[in-house]
Amino acid sequence: MATRPTFSEEVANLMHSSHGNPLNTCIQCGTCSGTCPVAEFMDHTPRCLIGLINANQKEDVLDSNTYWFCASCFHCTVRCPSEIDISGLMYSLKRYSIWKHHYSDDAIGPVFSETFVKSILRSGRSYEPVLAPSYIFSYGVREFLNEAHTATNLMLKGRIPVIPPKLKRIENFKKMADRIIPMGGAK
Amino acid sequence: MSTYSYFPGCSLEKMALSYHQSAMQTTNAVGVEMKEIEDWNCCGATTYFHVDELLAYTLVARNLAMAEKAGHDLVAPCSACYKNTYFTSKYLKEDKDLSDHINYALEQDNLKYSGSIEVKHLMEVFVNDVGLEEIKERTTKPLAGLRVAPYYGCQIVRPKKDHEDVENPRFFEELVSSIGADPVDFAYRLRCCGGSLIITSREAALTLVRNLLQNAVDSDADVIATACPLCQTNLEVYQMQVNQEFDTNFSIPIMYFTQLMGIAMGLPKKKLGIGSEFISTDKILTYAKEPA
Ligand code: SF4
Ligand code: SF4
Repeated sequence: MATRPTFSEEVANLMHSSHGNPLNTCIQCGTCSGTCPVAEFMDHTPRCLIGLINANQKEDVLDSNTYWFCASCFHCTVRCPSEIDISGLMYSLKRYSIWKHHYSDDAIGPVFSETFVKSILRSGRSYEPVLAPSYIFSYGVREFLNEAHTATNLMLKGRIPVIPPKLKRIENFKKMADRIIPMGGAK
Repeated sequence: MSTYSYFPGCSLEKMALSYHQSAMQTTNAVGVEMKEIEDWNCCGATTYFHVDELLAYTLVARNLAMAEKAGHDLVAPCSACYKNTYFTSKYLKEDKDLSDHINYALEQDNLKYSGSIEVKHLMEVFVNDVGLEEIKERTTKPLAGLRVAPYYGCQIVRPKKDHEDVENPRFFEELVSSIGADPVDFAYRLRCCGGSLIITSREAALTLVRNLLQNAVDSDADVIATACPLCQTNLEVYQMQVNQEFDTNFSIPIMYFTQLMGIAMGLPKKKLGIGSEFISTDKILTYAKEPA
């Protein structure tokens, strides 16, 4: 009889291409949490999150803000005594949460990531002004003003491009992306 | 003259133009040619891997294929571009299925990556290929007495590539010494600047930036040297926001290592992109002097 994969098996599948040991080799030593520079902002530390995955606590894991706070600094990965690729795990959970559309409304990460990817598929290069609307409206008034002030200064220093960059062979580029994820040329 | 395929990456087009300018000037000064990859595309930064891994590898592979076609090793000045490109190249060399799949996509742009080239960070080119002796030789105005905090950040050293020392690298310090400056003991040199959290989790990123700035100031540094446009932007452009948020009073210049090399080699500051920063570097420039 066919059985459904458990949540920890699902996560293992998501990490198929990551280059570390399986999560069930975690000895809960806490080196990752002690290393992580953003642990104080996370509702679950990396160690705790891995414990929850191994215990199949799917809802708790997906509801957690931990993986969207991960800055991909790879410090935990290089220090884990069990050689688990914890940063790779955080990437996997980000993808899973975007795929399942399971994230809290105030998370900026998912929308920003998707906007970023779409903008690159359109032009081939990133262009800061296109990205701003994906996060700027979630800021409070003071942050918004600070950000606007910073942007103005950057503009004055000539550090923000006025014209969006674009590839010469953009049509080939889109066809290339289409062979990986068919999107009708990423419109 | 050795030649490399140069992949500037999106930040260096504008936000970090000064890094690009100083990279060109300094490589040229040591007899290295950087040929920009024609029609390169974004490497996907860290963000692309949040959405789809295979697509991220494909984007990177396109740049690798063009560099290979030109017949040179690929050099990236941005640490995020470097990490993405280094590992994509490694995985494509190791995994035939993956490389077949991605080459099938690359066909659409008449490209193919067979894995015959190496990927290097710009700093590696200076330290390993050109060599510190040569750099010392070209240093006409050593920065004697200048206290530099060598800020590695993350992706130039992590994840681990081979058998290199990821806990205690020394190459940045050695490079700083080779231009006559003093590398300070900077405890946070390997800590993260927050990367793209500056956008998605502002408070967390500003906290990391504040901690880094504080640590550099505590180590009595005159300037923080960086090897990545993201680090430079977070530490410099957001320094004012840190001051507002935490009621601090930081005003420490953040310069690319290539700018420091450039002034030590007596290159004109304008050509090194000096002048587009928010925090004045005038004081730093006064250290460049011909030895008495
Ligand atoms: S460092 Fe590795 S073994 Fe230790 S708790 Fe973290 S993941 Fe588990
Ligand atoms: S990679 Fe992510 S989880 Fe690991 S230490 Fe860095 S920020 Fe923390």
